[in-house]
Amino acid sequence: MNIVIIVIGAIFINNVIFSRFLGICPFLGVSKQVETAAGMGAAVTFVLAMASAITYVVQYAILDPLNLGYLQTIAFILVIATLVQLVEMIIKKASPSLYQALGVYLPLITTNCAVLGIALLNIQYEYNFIETVFHGIGAALGFTLAIVLFAGVRERLETSAVPKALEGFPIALITAGLMSIAFLGFSGMQLG
Amino acid sequence: MNFGKNLTRGIIKENPTFVLLLGMCPTLAVTTSAVNGMGMGLATMVVLICSNVVISAMRKIIPDSIRIPAFIVIIASFVTIVGMLLKAYLPSLDAALGLFIPLIVVNCIILGRAEAFAFSNGIADSFADGLGMGLGFTLSLTVLGSIREILGVGSIFGHALFGASFEPVLLMILPPGAFLTLGLLIGLINFLSKKKA
Repeated sequence: MNIVIIVIGAIFINNVIFSRFLGICPFLGVSKQVETAAGMGAAVTFVLAMASAITYVVQYAILDPLNLGYLQTIAFILVIATLVQLVEMIIKKASPSLYQALGVYLPLITTNCAVLGIALLNIQYEYNFIETVFHGIGAALGFTLAIVLFAGVRERLETSAVPKALEGFPIALITAGLMSIAFLGFSGMQLG
Repeated sequence: MNFGKNLTRGIIKENPTFVLLLGMCPTLAVTTSAVNGMGMGLATMVVLICSNVVISAMRKIIPDSIRIPAFIVIIASFVTIVGMLLKAYLPSLDAALGLFIPLIVVNCIILGRAEAFAFSNGIADSFADGLGMGLGFTLSLTVLGSIREILGVGSIFGHALFGASFEPVLLMILPPGAFLTLGLLIGLINFLSKKKA
């Protein structure tokens, strides 16, 4: 039951994009087409779930017993960078077609602050291992939902008449702002 | 050689937030008040200057093929130092910025300047570049924070501006306000710079 609450909460109420402001760069950068947005979402989901699990182990099996808490940031970012590299190599070997589809976006995930942010939040919230993994998956699904919806709106924007000064980035941000208002509605939801 | 030019470039012509559109996460997340925006800007600036200088000094030693991991380790070290200093001396700012202090590591501005500038330029130039970009970032975060604070709370840097009859627009300090303010501000800048040209 607790896990359901964590997942739903991470997708809708504390959506990584619209309420936590994590992962805005890829959200704005790779959201011109629904297809690539969905690919990015899938890649992030995979990495975020793995990163949540591994950083949990790093924190409680290595950093805490050795009293190295202050190395958390450095350790986590290195774990994530290595993980992204590893995932890239595995996908390349196991499924060349998926690699083709995700190719460009995989290395970009290292600098997606959602991954590091959620890993740090997991520790802050003192989740246990299962909760950590599901929080990671929920947050990533929230990211996917946001980026796919946003890409859908942006595809429409391509063909509509927008004031010259607002073309491109500004109108995208305003769109995101309006979507964010919609997501605010979820914050009234009572769980549990 | 072009110390002044390297310094001013980041502030206006290549402003990281309004023109290069880098480092969006902290820009949107922490600008709920002018003080928070400025604090985040200054913290990022310190990390940016230090990492720029160190990376520039080590650019002949770091092999090309592993430069990104090397950059990340250098940046993460300085972020940890800044985080510890903030926790010790400015605990209230540390609490307000929270998660976004460690997240300076993944701020694209810092890695971007390391890759685009510090790795191929001298120490003095890299220092100027870091200072300029940092000031530009601080400036834009402070402006954004001020606008949101004035509209959302009715104060600036914590000082109340209007009388008790002022009804604050709560939406401005909530997440949607961040997207809307930044979008309209970039639109305004585009409008003004097009008019001039």
